This record gives sequence, structure tokens and C-alpha cells, in this order.
Amino acid sequence: MSTHVSTPPGVTGEPVELRDDTARNRFTVGRTAKYAAMILFVLIVLIPVYVLFVTSFKGAGDASPSRAWNLPTDWTLDNWRGAWNALSPAIWRTFQMVIPAAIISAMLGSMNGFVLSRWSFRGADVVFTLILFGMFIPYQAVMIPLLELMLGAGIPSGVPSLIILHVIYGIPITTLIFRNYYQTVPHELVEAGRVDGAGMLRTYWSIILPISVPSFVVVLIWQFTNAWNDFLFAVFFSSSQNGPVTLALNNLANGALLQDYGVSMAGALLASLPPLLVYILLGKYFVGGLMSGSVKG
Amino acid sequence: MRHRLRRLGAPLLLLAPSLILLGVFVYGLIAANFNTSITDNHTAAQATGQEPVTTVWFQNYIDLLGSDDFQHSLTNLVLFTVVFLVGTMVMGFGWAWMLDRPDRGEGFFRSIYLFPMAVSFVASGVVWRWLLNSNQGESASGLNRLFQMIGLDFLQNNWWNNITFGITAIALPAIWQLSGYVMALFLAGFRGIPEELREAARVDGASEWKVYRLVLFPQLSPIALSALIIIGHMSLKSFDLIMSISKPANYQTKVPAVDMYVFKSSFNYADAAAVGTILLVIVALVVVPYLVRTHQAEKR
Repeated sequence: MSTHVSTPPGVTGEPVELRDDTARNRFTVGRTAKYAAMILFVLIVLIPVYVLFVTSFKGAGDASPSRAWNLPTDWTLDNWRGAWNALSPAIWRTFQMVIPAAIISAMLGSMNGFVLSRWSFRGADVVFTLILFGMFIPYQAVMIPLLELMLGAGIPSGVPSLIILHVIYGIPITTLIFRNYYQTVPHELVEAGRVDGAGMLRTYWSIILPISVPSFVVVLIWQFTNAWNDFLFAVFFSSSQNGPVTLALNNLANGALLQDYGVSMAGALLASLPPLLVYILLGKYFVGGLMSGSVKG
Repeated sequence: MRHRLRRLGAPLLLLAPSLILLGVFVYGLIAANFNTSITDNHTAAQATGQEPVTTVWFQNYIDLLGSDDFQHSLTNLVLFTVVFLVGTMVMGFGWAWMLDRPDRGEGFFRSIYLFPMAVSFVASGVVWRWLLNSNQGESASGLNRLFQMIGLDFLQNNWWNNITFGITAIALPAIWQLSGYVMALFLAGFRGIPEELREAARVDGASEWKVYRLVLFPQLSPIALSALIIIGHMSLKSFDLIMSISKPANYQTKVPAVDMYVFKSSFNYADAAAVGTILLVIVALVVVPYLVRTHQAEKR
């Protein structure tokens, strides 16, 4: 086995000087089995994607259940047109909601993360834990008074309400991500600032912020995806006239008495496109956000 | 003294906006919600303040927890969480285990397994509603049709329309969506274990199983705990997926989060608030010990 470990990448398939034939065969069989399993799982994971794509291009002629898994007989774009007409206003509203929400909560998270990790004070850990708890609460436990509070404050339902909610309830996770990141910043860097007599705000502004770009990317992506995919706040704080795309998609898919799967599946793909693009283009940062969800980072 | 105040003042200045917001919107509202939950605020007229509200203390909780209807929701929640947790942990660990050693195409597999995480529950609900269609035989579509095509007819079932176990069918898409996340957590764990540690064990003559049992599993157990807590609390809060696959009024698949929405929709604010508090208590029982533990571990 140690031979395998030290083999440079790219030549693992070659029969290197392995005298122990059984070991090599076992290794080869094991590797083949592993790949077979991994490919099988890829196919299983992609089943819903296949269904979405195929169904979204199907016309009325493919309605029979016996053709459920077949490719379309006549490829049509009607479903996509229908979905675009139904969802495009909501998609624009979602952008208007998600972008400011992501930016503001990233700023707040960065300030908190800095203070809690590198300009700490007694009791900072307790404060951090109290902030963190906000990430885990079921929002159902605040929803009724939240509705009354927002109504009482006269904040219009739809985009304005949702921006505020995503900012506030995004604070715990953004604080966590920034704190974990700043903890990897050497103490000396901050201390050097202190010795030079720089105050906290100057240290934050001129030392910490410039090196924060990677975690800003992680946090912005995380908040963007989270707010884009949110349905709970959307249901309680917006309507089909002013709500985001998840609400519009749900109405499209579950509204009519007879379901038009072609249109709703095209809609599901449309609604997923922005977060999927982010995942494909910036996957590394996306995973970075996921990891910090595990508290210890 | 002034110096100390200045040292404390500046950090608090930066933290203040967040602390005030969370103080009001998390802790303040939890208290306000509890306040509503101990009243008889069950009608639209009371919800809008046209009729008075009186305190009934824990009557709503007693009625809720005593009703078959809500007990069904709680049973569903337990069933869903068990299946969801076992499914994501097994799949996530299995995938991470297979991808542990960097090998050809590893990045490709990882990206595919993880991608469902980027999609909203509402969007995946659209396709899973189709996949989990309960029709069988001639009129079958979705997975039931697929089972027929590959000769596994006996696997056909009515999915989420089963009154007792229907909720577990909804755990399938949840597993599909979050196994990749658990995989990513475990992969980070595997990668964090120095190769020398495994090698040392092997040189000592430990079998491959023993290397896992004695070296890898102990190192991975904090990750497994994190994964359990994260998936567990997500599961307890599940709402989107159920709303988009079955409808909110569906008895088979209802859970407390859905009940809360239904109560709120009929302006039964007191019961909606009580369900919210019950959910909070359940989640807190899981999460608070974990947060305290992590907090203490960091101190050391």
C-alpha cells in the first residue's frame, strides 16, 4: 500500500514495481469497484436534473405517463416562454432583494468578526455564543410578533421587508465566517497597529479590511444563495405581487388545479440558474461558506 | 478607569448595531412570541386588536400536545429527522470515504455530489413532486414508472400518500440535497488527518479496519457531531420542501413548522406562537449543549 501512496499522480494506473501481485489486483479491483460506485451515484444524483431538462422541453404530445422518461418527441420552447413570463418580474425583484441584503450583512459580519476575534474584550465569547444562537433558532418561534413588529413599523411587505430580515437573521452566520477567518490573521499584524498608536477603527479599516477579500467573497456568495433560495420569510412577508422567485415558482407549480409540469420544471430551472451559476463559477468559495457552517470552521 | 472604558467602548461601538438588532429580533421576539402563546388569541378579530385577549397560561400547550393532530405532526417530525439524518450521514460519509484519496476525476465527482445544495427546496420540490407521484401500474409516472422500466416493479409504492410513513418519502429529496454537504464536511475531516498518522498505524501492523477504528474514527467524531447538529436542526425546521411537494393542508406529511403556517393563515395567533415555542424548545435541546461545548472547547 505504501507504494501506492508514494506513486506520483498520473501514473497510478501503470503497473509500478509491485512484486506482490495479489495486492495489486486487489487494488485494481477495488479501484474499479470504487469508480463503478461513484459513477452510479453520479447517475442517481443527476436523475432529477434529467427529468427537469427533458420535461421542460416537452409539448402536449408527450403527456402520456408511458412517455414519462423518454426524450421529447417534438422539442418545444413554449414551456420556457411560459415560465419566463410567469417568473421574470419575480426574478428581478429577487435580485433587488438579494444584492443589498448580502452586502449589508457582510459589512456587519466583518465588523463583528473583527471585534470578536482580534480586538476582544472580557465576555466576548459569551456575546459570540449568544449571537450564534440566532443562527439555529426556528424562525417560527419569532414569526407572529415579527409580523406585528414589521406591520407596526410600517415597513412595506415584499422587497424592503425581506432585505431587512435577511440582513438581521444573516448576522450570526456572517459573523461566524468572518470571525473564523480573522482568527487565522496573525496577532502581530494587529499588535503592530496598536503599537503604532492606531485606534481600533483605523486598524480595522487599514489593516483588516484589505485582507478580508476572500471571506467577503465567501460571505457574499453564502448570503446571496441563502436569500435567493429562501421560502419561509417569502411566504410570511410577501405576496405573489411583490414576492421573490421562490414564492412565484411555488405559485406556478402548485397554483393551478391541473399541474403543467412542463412549465413548472422550466420555471424551476430558471429560478435555480443564478445560484447554480454562482456554484459553478465560484465553487471554491461556495464550499468555504459551507465549511464555516460547522461552527469550528 | 477611563482607559478601560475606552478599551471597552470602541469594540461595543462596532458591535452595537448587531447586538441591538439581534437582541430585539431574536431574544425580544422569542419573549413576545411566548407572551402570545399563553393567550386565547385564536381569532382574526383578536389578532387585529378589535377584541380583547386574555391570558390562559399553558392551556394552548396542553391542548396542542394532547391533540392527535399535533401528535401526528410530532411523530412525522421524528420519523423525518431519523431518516434524513441516517440517509445524509451514510451517503455523506460513503462519498467522502471514496473520495478520500485524491484520484482521477475527484473534483468532478465532488462537484456533482454537492451541486443539489445550491438549489432551493422549492425548485427541487417541483421535480420531486413529479418523481414521487403515487400513481402505479398503467398510469405510473416518476420513480414508479422508472422501477417498472428496470424490472423492479415491487418497489412501486404510494410515496408520501402513505398515512404513517409518507413523511419519510419527503426525506428522500432532503437526503438528495444535503448528502453532498455532509460529504464536504467529512472530506475536510479526512484531509485534516496527517498521512503519517495512518502510516504509523499501518507500520505497526494494524489492519485497514483497525486503522479506521483507532485512527480515523476518533479524529472524525467532532465532524460527525457537527454534521448531526447541522442536519438535525435543519430537519427540525423543515418547511419549504414539504410545502412544495405536498400541500400545507396535507395530513400525511404535516410537521410542526407547517402547522404553524396553517394556524397563522387562519389568524389563530396563539396556537401558531405556541407551535413556534415548542419548535424552539426542541431545537434548543439539541443546539444549546453543542454551542456550550464548543464554547468551552475553544476556551481551552
